[in-house]
Amino acid sequence: MLSELTSKEIVKKIRNKEMTAEECVLSSFERILKLEEKVHAFITLNKDKALEKARKIDDKISRGKTIGKLAGVTIAVKDNICTKGIRTTCASRMLENFVPPYNATVIEKIEKEDAIIIGKTNMDEFAMGSSTETSYFGPTHNPWDLSTVPGGSSGGSGAAVAANETILAFGSDTGGSIRCPASYCSVVGLKPTYGLVSRYGLIAYANSLEQIGPITRGVHDCAVFLSVIAGHDLKDSTSVKTPPKDYTKFLKNDIKGLKIGVTKELFGQGTSKEVEKCVWEAIYKLEELGASQEETSLPTLEQALPAYYIIAMSEASSNLARYDGLRYGYRIDREDMDWSTAYSKTRRDGFGEEVRRRIILGTYALSAGYYDMYYLKALKIRTLLQRDFNNAFKKFDVLVGPTMPIPPFKIGEKSLDPLSLYMCDVDTVAVNLTGLPAISIPCGFIGTLPVGMQIIAPHFREDLTLQVGYSFEQNTTHKDQKPNLSEDNGCS
Amino acid sequence: MAAARVRIGLEVHSQLTSLKTKLFCGCSSDYQSRDPNIQVCPVCLGIPGALPVLNKKVIEYAIMAALALNCKILKRMSFFRKNYFYPDMPKNFQISQYDQAGGVPFAIEGYLYIEVEGKRKKIRIRRVHLEEDPGRLVHLGLIDKSPYTLVDYNRAGIALLEIVTEPDISSPREARTFLGSLRSILEHLEIFDGGLEGAMRCDANISLAAGTRVEIKNISSFKEVERALIFETMRQKNLLKKNLSVTRETRHWDEKRRITITLRTKEEEHDYRYFSEPDLVPIIITEDFIEEVRSRMPELPEKRINRFATTHGLPLYDARVLVNDKALADFFEESVKLYNKPKEISNWMMGDLLRCLYENNLDLFESKITPKHLVEMIKLIDEGVISGKIGKRVLPEIVLTGKQARKIVEEKGLIKITSRETLNKIVDKVLSENKKAVEDALVDEKAVHFLIGQLMKETKGKADPQIVNRILRKKIDLKRKNEKKKENSSNMKS
Repeated sequence: MLSELTSKEIVKKIRNKEMTAEECVLSSFERILKLEEKVHAFITLNKDKALEKARKIDDKISRGKTIGKLAGVTIAVKDNICTKGIRTTCASRMLENFVPPYNATVIEKIEKEDAIIIGKTNMDEFAMGSSTETSYFGPTHNPWDLSTVPGGSSGGSGAAVAANETILAFGSDTGGSIRCPASYCSVVGLKPTYGLVSRYGLIAYANSLEQIGPITRGVHDCAVFLSVIAGHDLKDSTSVKTPPKDYTKFLKNDIKGLKIGVTKELFGQGTSKEVEKCVWEAIYKLEELGASQEETSLPTLEQALPAYYIIAMSEASSNLARYDGLRYGYRIDREDMDWSTAYSKTRRDGFGEEVRRRIILGTYALSAGYYDMYYLKALKIRTLLQRDFNNAFKKFDVLVGPTMPIPPFKIGEKSLDPLSLYMCDVDTVAVNLTGLPAISIPCGFIGTLPVGMQIIAPHFREDLTLQVGYSFEQNTTHKDQKPNLSEDNGCS
Repeated sequence: MAAARVRIGLEVHSQLTSLKTKLFCGCSSDYQSRDPNIQVCPVCLGIPGALPVLNKKVIEYAIMAALALNCKILKRMSFFRKNYFYPDMPKNFQISQYDQAGGVPFAIEGYLYIEVEGKRKKIRIRRVHLEEDPGRLVHLGLIDKSPYTLVDYNRAGIALLEIVTEPDISSPREARTFLGSLRSILEHLEIFDGGLEGAMRCDANISLAAGTRVEIKNISSFKEVERALIFETMRQKNLLKKNLSVTRETRHWDEKRRITITLRTKEEEHDYRYFSEPDLVPIIITEDFIEEVRSRMPELPEKRINRFATTHGLPLYDARVLVNDKALADFFEESVKLYNKPKEISNWMMGDLLRCLYENNLDLFESKITPKHLVEMIKLIDEGVISGKIGKRVLPEIVLTGKQARKIVEEKGLIKITSRETLNKIVDKVLSENKKAVEDALVDEKAVHFLIGQLMKETKGKADPQIVNRILRKKIDLKRKNEKKKENSSNMKS
C-alpha cells in the first residue's frame, strides 16, 4: 500500500519513475477523504497546492533534473508552524483566519527538498494540552481507538501518521507535545536538543522549552526528516551552530555495550501497572540485544512538573499578549469601546478556557511579590535538574522510561479536571526543562491502546536515541501493527 | 517661603540613528517622513512565530556610549521583557535590558560633568541600556480629545539607548545643559544624529524639598524639557505654598498647551512582570572587546574643547559653545583648515553666525552656509575688499541663500571704496552739507565722529574707514588752520 511506504522508498520509486509524486499525493488524499470524518487530524487541507507541487516534481524528473531528498513525500504540518499563504490557526479562534506572510525556516527547508505539504494538523489550542481536546476546531480521535484521545498537543500530526494519511508530520514539543501523541498513536516522535532545529516561524507557547521535531511511522523516516530540518539558522538566536549531519548514518542495528539508566522517577506514583510492565519488557529486550541496564534515580525529577508549568505559563502569558486584534486575528471592536476594553473582549472571546487559564496563572507567577516564590524557584529547579541529568550521563549513555504514565484515555474523561491532565506530562517535561533530546518509540499495547518508551540522551546526541530506537524497532514487531479503522481497506 | 530644593532625574531615550537597521530585524531604521507602516516585517510587527535577532553593530555602539559616560560595563549582556499592553507595542511587551526583578542592565554607575554658570557639576549616571522603540501613536488634535488614534509601526523596533541619571540635577536649566552635553557626546561618537526629529526623548522625575516624586513623560526636545520642568516646579511649589500635598503620579507633558496633566497615579502603575527574554541568548562582553572598541572611539567633546583652547587659542567658553554642538565644532575645524585664522573664524561663528541661525530658527545643517563660504568672506575683509561692517550684512545673506560672498558683494555693489579721488569728493560733499557740524568739529571730537557716520551713510558703509578718516581729519585740520589764519589776520586788521 502506497501510503505505508517509507520516505526512502517513495523517493526511490519516484526517482526510478515507478510512481509519480502526484500518485503519492493522491493516495494521501484518498486516505484523508476516507478517514478524516472519524479521525479529524487536519484543520486545513492543502490539496490544490500539493498537487501543483507534485506535478512540478514529476516534471523535474521527466526533464532529468535533480530532485530533493524528500521529493514527493507528503508532510502534514502542525498548525502552529507558519506556512506562507496557508492559514495557520494554532487551533484557536484567535487565529482562525490568520494567513502568515512568511514561511517558518523548517518549511523552507522541507520545500527545498521537494517535500509536499498536504495540510495543517489539529492540536491543542496554542499547543496547551496533552489530548488535542482544547482545539477550537474540535478534538482529534485516536486511530487505535476512536473513543480515546490521540495525545497532544501534536495530536493531529500523531493521528495523521498513524492513520497513514501522511508519510511525515511536523510536531512541536514544549512539554511532551511530540512524544505524547507519538506514544498514544504508536508512532515515532523525536524532540530534538534545544537549539538544533530553528524555531523561526513556530508560534510560541513557551520559547525556552520548545522545539520542532519529526513524527513518523519508523525510526528511519525520523532520521531522514531530522537531517533535513536540523541546523543553524541566523533567524533564531537560540539555534546552535552545528555542522549538518546525515542522521541515517547512525541507524545501526547494534547496541552492544550500551549503558542504559532506567530512571526510577519516570515510573513514579500514578504510573499504570500495564504501562510499567510494557516498558520493562522493552528494557529487557534492549538488554537481550546487548545493552546493560541499571536502575538510577534523578531526585529533582519530582519537582519537574510544577517547575515546568510555572515557566511555561509565565512565558505563555507574555507570548500570547500580542493577540489583541489590532494587527491580525480575531477582533471585537465597537465604536463605544476604548482600546483596552476592545483588547479585553477580544481576548476573552478569542482564546479558549485552557489558554485563558494558563495566561492568568502565568501572569500571576510573574507578578511582583510572587516572582521569587514561583518563577525564580522554578528556574532554580531547572538548574538542579540539569545537574541531575549531567550526573546520570556520566554513568549512562541513555536514560529510559515510559513516555506517558497512562495509556490513551477517553475523550472528555479529564476535561473537567485540568490538574489530572497536567499530571500526564510528568514524564516528558524534564527533557524540555533541560533541553535534552528524547525520542518516543512504540513498545507495545494494552489491548488496542499503544504504549511508548522514551529514550533520553545527552545534548546533541540525537544519534544515540535514533540508534537505540532503530535497534529496538528492527528486533520487535510493534511497528507492523495497524490500527483497525473499519472500512479501512482497498486503499492503494 | 524659602526656595525648596529641587531634585531632578532624567531618563533619556536616544535612538541610535547611525544604525542602518532596526534593533532586532533588517528593516530600515530611516523612518522619518515615510508613509506609515511600510518599513515593517514579521519581527518588528510581532507577527506570530517571528523571532528577534540582535543587530551586531549595536553592541559596539552601546559600549562606546557606556565608556563615554564613564560607566562600568557588565560582562553579560542580557535582554528582558517588559510586559504591558499598549497599542504602540506590536508584541505588547518591550524587549529591554532593564530588569527590575534583580537582573542587571548593560552598564551602570557612570557620570558626566556639566558646566553651569561657570561651575563644573557632576551628574551621576545610574544605568545605560538598550531597548526597542515602540511604534508612533498619532492623535487628532489633543491626546485627551482625539476621537481616534492611528498607529505607525515604522518606528517600532528602532534601537534606543536609555540613559538614566541619579536625581543630581537641581534646576530646569541644568537639565537642559545636561541634555546638550549628552547629545554632543553621542554625536561625537557618531552613533546619534540630533538633527532628526524625536530622536532624543526624555522622561523626567522631579521632587521638591525631598518630597513626593512626580514623573513627567512625553518630552520631545531640550527646549521642552526646560519648559516642562519649569511648569512642574511652579505647579508643585504652588501646591506646597497652599499646604496641599503633591501626589505621586505620572504626568503627561502637553506641548501644545504647555502644561502637565495626570496620566496615571501610583495605584495605576504597571507591574511590568520583567523576565529574561527567552528568544535572545546572553552575550558575553570580553575585556578585550571593550578595549578594542575604546581604541577606535572618536575624540570626545571634553578633549576637543581643550584642544580648541590650546591649539587654536580660543577662550574656553567659546570652545565649549562650539563643541556643545558637534556640527558647529566640525564647521569651525573645517574652516580653520581652509584659512588658519581660528580666532576670527570663531568670533564670526560665535557672534553673527549663531545670532543669524537663532533669528531664523535654523540649525546649522539647515542653513546654506559652508566653511568655504565663511572663509571666503573673512578673506575679503582681510584683503580689504569689504569692510567688517559689510561682512555683517553679507553673512545672513550667505546663510539664507548659499551665495558666495564675492558674488553678493559684487551684485550689491558693496566693494569698499578706496579711491582717494572718489572719497575726497564724497568728503567734500558731506562737509558742504553739514556746515554746522563742521564748525563744531573744529573744537569737538564728537562732531568728527558724527561726520564719519554721515560719510558711511553716504557710501552705505562702503567707504574704507581708515582712508576716509584720514581725509576727513586732514580737511578739518586744514580748515582749523585756515580759521586760525583768518583770526590772526582779522586781529591784525583790527
